[in-house]
Amino acid sequence: MKETYTIIAFSENHIGLLNRITIIFTRRHINIESLTVSSTEMKGIHRFTIVVVESEEQIIKVAKQIEKLTEVLFADWYLNDQIVYREIALYKIPIESAIQKNLEQVLREFNAHVVDVQKDFVIIENTGHIDDTEKLYEILEPYGIMQFVRSGMISVSKNRKELSAYLKELPINEYVKE
Amino acid sequence: MNTNHIITGAEAILLALLKEKTDTVFGYPGGAIMPIYDKLFNRRHQLKHILVRHEQGAAHAAQAYAQVTGKTGVCFATSGPGATNLITGITNANLDSIPVVFITAQVASAFLGTDAFQETDMISLSMPVTKWNFQVTSADEIPDAIAKAFYFANTGRPGPVLLDITKDAQIGQTTFNYKRIKSIRSYNPHPALNDADTKKALSMISASKKPILFAGHGVLLAKATRQLEAFINKTGMPVAVTLLGKSAIDEDSPYYTGMLGMHGNYGPNVLTNEADLIIAAGMRFDDRVTGNLEKYATKAQIIHVDIDKAELNKNVKAHLPICADIKDFLEKMTPMISYKTDEAWLQKFHELNHIEKEKVIDRECSPHEGKIRAGEIVQLLSEKTRGNAIIVTDVGQNQMMGARYYHYKIPNSLITSGGLGTMGFGLPAAMGAQVGQPNRTVVLLSGDGGFQMTMQELGTIFQYNLPVKMIILNNNFLGMVRQWQQLFNDKRYAETQMPTPDFPMLAKAFGIESKLVEERTQLDTAINNMLHHQGPYLLEIKIEKEANVFPMIYPGKAVDEIVLEDAVL
Repeated sequence: MKETYTIIAFSENHIGLLNRITIIFTRRHINIESLTVSSTEMKGIHRFTIVVVESEEQIIKVAKQIEKLTEVLFADWYLNDQIVYREIALYKIPIESAIQKNLEQVLREFNAHVVDVQKDFVIIENTGHIDDTEKLYEILEPYGIMQFVRSGMISVSKNRKELSAYLKELPINEYVKE
Repeated sequence: MNTNHIITGAEAILLALLKEKTDTVFGYPGGAIMPIYDKLFNRRHQLKHILVRHEQGAAHAAQAYAQVTGKTGVCFATSGPGATNLITGITNANLDSIPVVFITAQVASAFLGTDAFQETDMISLSMPVTKWNFQVTSADEIPDAIAKAFYFANTGRPGPVLLDITKDAQIGQTTFNYKRIKSIRSYNPHPALNDADTKKALSMISASKKPILFAGHGVLLAKATRQLEAFINKTGMPVAVTLLGKSAIDEDSPYYTGMLGMHGNYGPNVLTNEADLIIAAGMRFDDRVTGNLEKYATKAQIIHVDIDKAELNKNVKAHLPICADIKDFLEKMTPMISYKTDEAWLQKFHELNHIEKEKVIDRECSPHEGKIRAGEIVQLLSEKTRGNAIIVTDVGQNQMMGARYYHYKIPNSLITSGGLGTMGFGLPAAMGAQVGQPNRTVVLLSGDGGFQMTMQELGTIFQYNLPVKMIILNNNFLGMVRQWQQLFNDKRYAETQMPTPDFPMLAKAFGIESKLVEERTQLDTAINNMLHHQGPYLLEIKIEKEANVFPMIYPGKAVDEIVLEDAVL
C-alpha cells in the first residue's frame, strides 16, 4: 500500500550530492512530492527532507540506497505520525480585495500573518500542514491571488536518535599515519 | 619522493598514483589531458602506460587488471569524447563491483558550462555508474581527491570512482603532501559482525537438514576463498556459485555442486527449491540467478551475508540478513560450528548433475559427429591447461560455455562481464588480464559478434606483444539472441546473422599468428599450437551454427523448472 513517507537524510555539504540523491528516485520512477535541503546545527552537515508517496518496501530500499552513498551519514524514513512537519506558504493578494473582504477573520482562523503591505498588495504567510496551505488557498482564491509559493516540508522526528548521537557512533575523518 | 616542494597538478597526480602503489595505467591521450601525459613522459619507467585503441578498451582492461592482481585499476582519458567512451566500461565495473580509478581531463575551470571544445559534464554523466566522483578545479585539491578515490574504490563493496580534473588544475602549482585516507565519517566500509547474528546463524544451521551455501563474487572480492574452503570442509555443506562466484571454490572439491542461474547446473537450481537453508555469501540474488521470485527458495530459511546493506532484502527477503564482510563471517563461524551435512543430501546434487551430464554435457563436450561444438573446445582447453589458465570471456553463448565447461581451480581465474553483460568486453579485458599477470596463460573465449565490437585492441596486443590466446567461436550468428529467437520467436532470426571477416588474415595484419579450424580432427593440434606459441595467437574455430546453451531456466520460470533440452527441438 502506498503512503506518504518522509525520508530524512544527513550528508556532507558537497557539490553534486543533491543530484546523486535525486537520481535514486528518478531511476525507480518515483516522483518526489517535496524536497528541502538545508544546513544543520553541525557545521558542514546538510539535511535532506524528502516527501514521497510509496510503499514501505520501496521506501526502505530507497533509504538504504541513499545511505549507501559514500557522503551520506545516514538516512531514515518516517510516516506522518512519527514526525512533526510543517511547510510555509506565502500568498500575495491585491490590496483592494484585502480591504473589502473580511481578511481579519481568515487570518485569525489560520493563525496566519501579514508579513508585508504595499500600496498594491499584501503578503500573507501561513505555516502548517499541506491541508492547511491548500484550505487557505481556496479561501483566498476569491481575493485574486497574484502569487503563491510553498516551501516544501521540513520535519522533525519524534522518537529517533538525534544527529549528535549518531555522529558519536560514526568514524572520524582520519589519515593513515606514515 | 621529496614531499612539500612545489610541483604542478599533473605531477601531483602521478606522484599520488605512485603513493598508492600504482605501476600500470591504461589510457589514451588528448587535448585536455596533455599536461598529465607530458609529466608521464619523464616517469614512464615508474608508471607503465598501456596505450589502447579506444577508451572503452582502457576501461575494460583496467577492470580485468584489477581483478587478476587484486590491486586498484587506473585509467586515463581526455575530456569530451575520450571521457564518454569510458562510460560502458565504468558501468561494467560498477555492476561487477571492481575497484578502478578513472581519471578524466576536463576543460579549464573558467570554461566550465560554456560548451567549450571537448567539454562534457562528466560528473553528471558518470554519477549513476560510479561509487563516487569528484571534479578537481585546483591543483591543491589533487592529493586529497586521489587519496579519497583509492579509499572509496577499494574498500567496502569495491567499485569504480571518477576524478574529473580541469586543465588549469593540471597546470597549476601546488605543494605536494600526500596522506592516505584511514577513515571518513560518512562511510563505513567494514561493518562490524555482531555475536547475536553469528549465534542465530549457528542455530539456524543446526536446525537445518538440507543446507546449501551460495558463493558469490563477494567471496573473491573479500579474498575469503580459504575461509570458504575451511567452512565447507568442516561442515560438508554443498556449495553452488554464481557466474561471478566461479573460481571462489576449487571445482575439484567434493562439495562443489555447480553454478546457479539461467544456464547453471541442474542440481543446484532444482535443489534451491528443496533446500531448507540457504547461506547466501557475498551474492545479490540477481534475476539471472533467481528466475521467478514468486517461486524461489520456497522451503528455505535464508541467511544473507553481504557487505552492502542495500543488497539485503532487496530481491529476496532474508530471514537473517547480516551486513558484514564475508571473510569475517566465515572466519568466525568455522571454529564454532560442529554441524555435519547429511551425505545423502549432497548426493542428491551429484545425482541430478549426473542426469545433466548424460543429457547435456556429454553431447556438448564429446560429440562424435557434426560440426565442432563450443563445449568440446572449452573442455579440451580446460584439460590442456589443467585449469590453470585465466579465462576471459565475451558475452553470450561463448560466456556460458566458458563458465560451464572450464574447470576452475584458482581464485579469480574467470574474468567475465556479469551484471552488465557487455559485448565487446572480452578482448580488452583479456589484454588487461595479461598485463596484470604476464606469466600466466590468458585465454579469451569470444564470439564472432563481440570480437568485432572491440577488435581494434588487436593493435594494443600487437604493440605490447601481449601473449593473449584468442579463441573466436565463430557461428556467424549472435548466438544467444538467435537461441532466444529460436525458442521464443519461432525462428525469426531478425538481424542476428552476420558474415565475418577473415579473422586470421585480420590477425596477420597486426602481425599476430593465427589459424582457422573447421574440422574436429584439427582441433587438438590447433589448441596445442596456440598454447605453445610464445606471443599472441588468434584461433578462429567454425562451430555449429545453431547450437543452444542448455540447461536453461526460461524467462518467468522457477529455478526448479529448469529444462535440460527444449521439447520442441
